[in-house]
Amino acid sequence: MKLSCVIKGTHYSFSSVRDVLAKASEPKSGDVMAQVAAESSLERMASKVVLSEMLLKDIFENPVIPYETDEVTRLIYDDISETIYKDIQNWTVGELRNYILSYETGPDQLIKISRGLTSEMIAAVSKLMSSMDLVLASQKMKYQAHCNTTIGEPGRLAFRCQPNHPNDVPEGILYSIKEGLSYGAGDAVIGINPNVDTVESLKRLYTLSHDFMEKWKIPTQNCVLAHITTQMEALKQGAPVALMFQSLAGTQKGNEAFGISKGIVDEGYEMMARYGTSTGPNYMYFETGQGSEVSLNAAHGVDMQTLEARTYGYARHWKPFMVNNVSGFIGPETLFDGRQLIRADLEDLFMGKLHGLPMGIAPTYTNHMDANQNDQEIAGMLTALGGANFYMGVPGGDDVMLNYQDTSYHDDASLREMFGLRPLREFEKWMENMGLMEDGKLTSRAGDLSIFD
Amino acid sequence: MDIQEIVRKVVEELSKEKKVIKEYVEPIKEDSIRFPEKQIKGVKEPHNAASIDRAQSITPARIGIGRTGTRMQTTSYLQFLIDHAAAQDAVLKDVSDEFLQKIELKKLETKAKDMKTYLMDLDSGRKLSDESVAWLKENGDKDKDVQIIVCDGLSSSSIEANIEDLLPALMQGLQLKNISTAKPIFIKRGRVWVQDEVAAIINCNLVISLIGERPGLNTDESLSAYMIYRPDEKSVEADRTVISNIHKEGLAPVEAGAHLSELIEQMLRAECTGISFARKSNINL
Repeated sequence: MKLSCVIKGTHYSFSSVRDVLAKASEPKSGDVMAQVAAESSLERMASKVVLSEMLLKDIFENPVIPYETDEVTRLIYDDISETIYKDIQNWTVGELRNYILSYETGPDQLIKISRGLTSEMIAAVSKLMSSMDLVLASQKMKYQAHCNTTIGEPGRLAFRCQPNHPNDVPEGILYSIKEGLSYGAGDAVIGINPNVDTVESLKRLYTLSHDFMEKWKIPTQNCVLAHITTQMEALKQGAPVALMFQSLAGTQKGNEAFGISKGIVDEGYEMMARYGTSTGPNYMYFETGQGSEVSLNAAHGVDMQTLEARTYGYARHWKPFMVNNVSGFIGPETLFDGRQLIRADLEDLFMGKLHGLPMGIAPTYTNHMDANQNDQEIAGMLTALGGANFYMGVPGGDDVMLNYQDTSYHDDASLREMFGLRPLREFEKWMENMGLMEDGKLTSRAGDLSIFD
Repeated sequence: MDIQEIVRKVVEELSKEKKVIKEYVEPIKEDSIRFPEKQIKGVKEPHNAASIDRAQSITPARIGIGRTGTRMQTTSYLQFLIDHAAAQDAVLKDVSDEFLQKIELKKLETKAKDMKTYLMDLDSGRKLSDESVAWLKENGDKDKDVQIIVCDGLSSSSIEANIEDLLPALMQGLQLKNISTAKPIFIKRGRVWVQDEVAAIINCNLVISLIGERPGLNTDESLSAYMIYRPDEKSVEADRTVISNIHKEGLAPVEAGAHLSELIEQMLRAECTGISFARKSNINL
């Protein structure tokens, strides 16, 4: 394995695969904070050169965190198809990029090699790709999943209705649900972040959303985004749960900080198959985002993007219905500004898809970042062009409980409008029956929460 | 004593000592534009207008605002941008020394020398400065059940808006339960994890940080309480219990103080916080 190169008359050398991967990342503040980023623009280019010549085998044989000490590494390697991996092990990362972007490579070829790629290989190739590369490659991959509805069908774009209230006031949550549905947001899921993470509080919110869905015969799924163990307890006590949520990280230490392990997620998955209200077979909703590990001192000297890819490698084990990328939720110490945010969103969409996942994107920003609404909208439009399965839907783009900005009900309707996309099949019919949509366009009744009176 | 009773007592106590502060406000010119701050009722010909009134009164979420095409109407769009501008400005403000003097909190500092370091380097806000470590070792209130820390975090406004109500409510709640409490301290540019270092120095059973949340568009006054029982090197995030959204439109500060004292009593009894505490309390239910 070659770990050094000469460019512009200067010799650059790197200490490991992990070092090359980190330095080949596009500039991001979290990698600077972790002291793993390239120190100059030319050093970054030198690492990209070394990476482009690296064999997939070199990456396979040098996981960034050892198999023996990390559960995430183990799950990624145990789930790989050895046969497919052996066919491509002698490709360089540069050749992998050419293969992905070639006319001859379509969706079938990509899902096949996906099963032979470790997450580090997927991170590696995306470090050699530009924004257009990432969008074009993402367009080739679109994966479906089924809970109560089918997400990811061509020509369709779904949204989570995110009706949070700072104090979990049920009536307030219900009004935001009605508003969202009247704009066509809620076909992915009606997903509430509770402020109070107790079983009693969760049971109330599950019942509230479930009963509303039943009353108005809304084809979707409900979810309360609390810690998985609290959801499991609520489920055990009979709460109507259609989709189970958890945030994931790309290292075992990161997941321990989240209070989870493979064993816990396995148990949650099995409980959903047995006691959940939904059809399945996809019962899980995961959230991920670049920077969670470095914020939790759990990055092991690995760059944020590679750890994000590993999170997808971990997530795919449970065949989720939704994987939502929330890079940008943390703050400027991980993604400094709009440029870093947009880049991360494009990388994450591509990397998630190359893992075969039904990806959605939350192009979010916080108020202490150097980013604004324009950056968010650009990230939203570009990832929609790349074929994201879903986005969030937050009233007026302002989450009054979590204190950050995300795509609004208005943005959701706008993305469908500008790309000619429809709601999920069953949900579109429901909207037509409610008089909210005709031929894929909102009617004059849409945007009025009081139609449910 | 139940929460209602504690809240009543504390409110009574606080109303006695509330001071009125008058600030100088520049006079507004007659012909100035007065841009609406409340959400507009932008739905054209609503099915039931009363329902939209009710909705807007019960949640601060931006609903009932209507649309033009699929976009927000001009007023709502500008309101959103104004709130974003205010929130960005709020991050950069400091808690005033006068305020700290008024509520009699000793000010300690972290290794974050300035705002930029604080924002970009998490570790700098997780460790006390050498001088503050020395002060705490010398003067800290040792071997108590509870240490309360007030931290500006990402919003000094949240400290100035809530602490005058929240801190006395919490202190009185703990006192009524005979829980020994160290003298509270203020830590400038502190992150949550700085509580671990403080707990180690003063050897308390439980440490609680009242810390300013990152400002949202709806409010820059929101505060969170993070609690951990006897933190050590092995502690992880899931070992902390957090109560967030403490502000006048969320969990009101006086009620929060009472609620937190109740929680702390249970945590001291359970000898844990975080996921382990949640599990134990669920079993007990």
